[in-house]
Amino acid sequence: MELTAIWVYLAQQPLLWLAVTVSVFWAARWLYLKSGGVALLHPVLVSVAVIVGLLLATGTRYNQYFDGAQFIHFLLGPATVALAVPLIEQMPALRRHWLPISLALLVGALVGIFSTIALCWLVGIDGQMMLSLLPRSITTPIAMGVSDEIGGSAELTVVFVVMTGVLGAAFGVQLLGRLARRDPIATGFALGVTSHGIGTARAFEHSAQAGAFAGLAMGLNGALTAALIPLVVWLLF
Amino acid sequence: MIGSIAILLLMQLAGTLLVQASGLPFPGPVVGMLLLFAWLLWRGGVPRPLARTTQPLLDNLALLFVPAGVGIIAHWRAVEGRLWALALVLIVAAAITLLTTAWTLHWLLGRHAASASDNADEPWS
Repeated sequence: MELTAIWVYLAQQPLLWLAVTVSVFWAARWLYLKSGGVALLHPVLVSVAVIVGLLLATGTRYNQYFDGAQFIHFLLGPATVALAVPLIEQMPALRRHWLPISLALLVGALVGIFSTIALCWLVGIDGQMMLSLLPRSITTPIAMGVSDEIGGSAELTVVFVVMTGVLGAAFGVQLLGRLARRDPIATGFALGVTSHGIGTARAFEHSAQAGAFAGLAMGLNGALTAALIPLVVWLLF
Repeated sequence: MIGSIAILLLMQLAGTLLVQASGLPFPGPVVGMLLLFAWLLWRGGVPRPLARTTQPLLDNLALLFVPAGVGIIAHWRAVEGRLWALALVLIVAAAITLLTTAWTLHWLLGRHAASASDNADEPWS
């Protein structure tokens, strides 16, 4: 068979982009671990860059890519449910610290929303673009719902959500410096509040305790921010 | 293994059905997580097979975000013109949120621990 004919066949199969996504991520993680965790080599960042490059080089549309990648995307659901398991293991710490956790959550959610509004105002981003940016710190499915509700673009929101996730996961631990070495609970929780699931994945690399509190923070902040944003938008705009 | 996968999917399904029935703007999987949490709490621990099934899923959590991240290619036109402004907002807002949340919780945990150790006999955990 001719090479182009093989390509034409493969390009129509979900298998191709499914295999590409998993293998590129596998290689990207190898590189990340090999480099000793260099922030700019965060596996999600590298994988997205490489796959975007491949799609552009082959003239493949995102829809076609997603036909294959949707099988991975789907696993986000069961993985979110699975976060209950590490959380249960942190119940003693959770029971002890519920008050500081609730207060820090409220602070984090409010700072997340109002810093976004203030910065948008500063650089002159408004309208639908600003509304799409507001839910950037919460987990994808909630963020899409909130964005729709307040008149943003859910698809743009997904892009901002993933970017925020990658930023927190790539640079968060370095930014926290000595605090990250001393306090796994505060580190994990802040990663979850700021960078939802991608931050949670990074927190699990730090420690099981950081990961559990990140998962908790992701869930709680999803709920709180989803309730706060429509209220803030209604009050301010 | 297969039972654990069934549990995860059933909890997600139950969460999704609850969301649909109540009309709340909340994702089904997060409600599913709360349901599983409640069940494990009631049960008083995590069954070993469930822990073994969830571990690989959580170990590779980052991979699951790649398909959504590649979505930037479909929206390049919309973000291209405001690239630097958007980058500034995303970077600075993420940094501010992360630092405030972490230091607030760190400070509160310290105070909480200090006040608790005066009158509590529970060990620090």
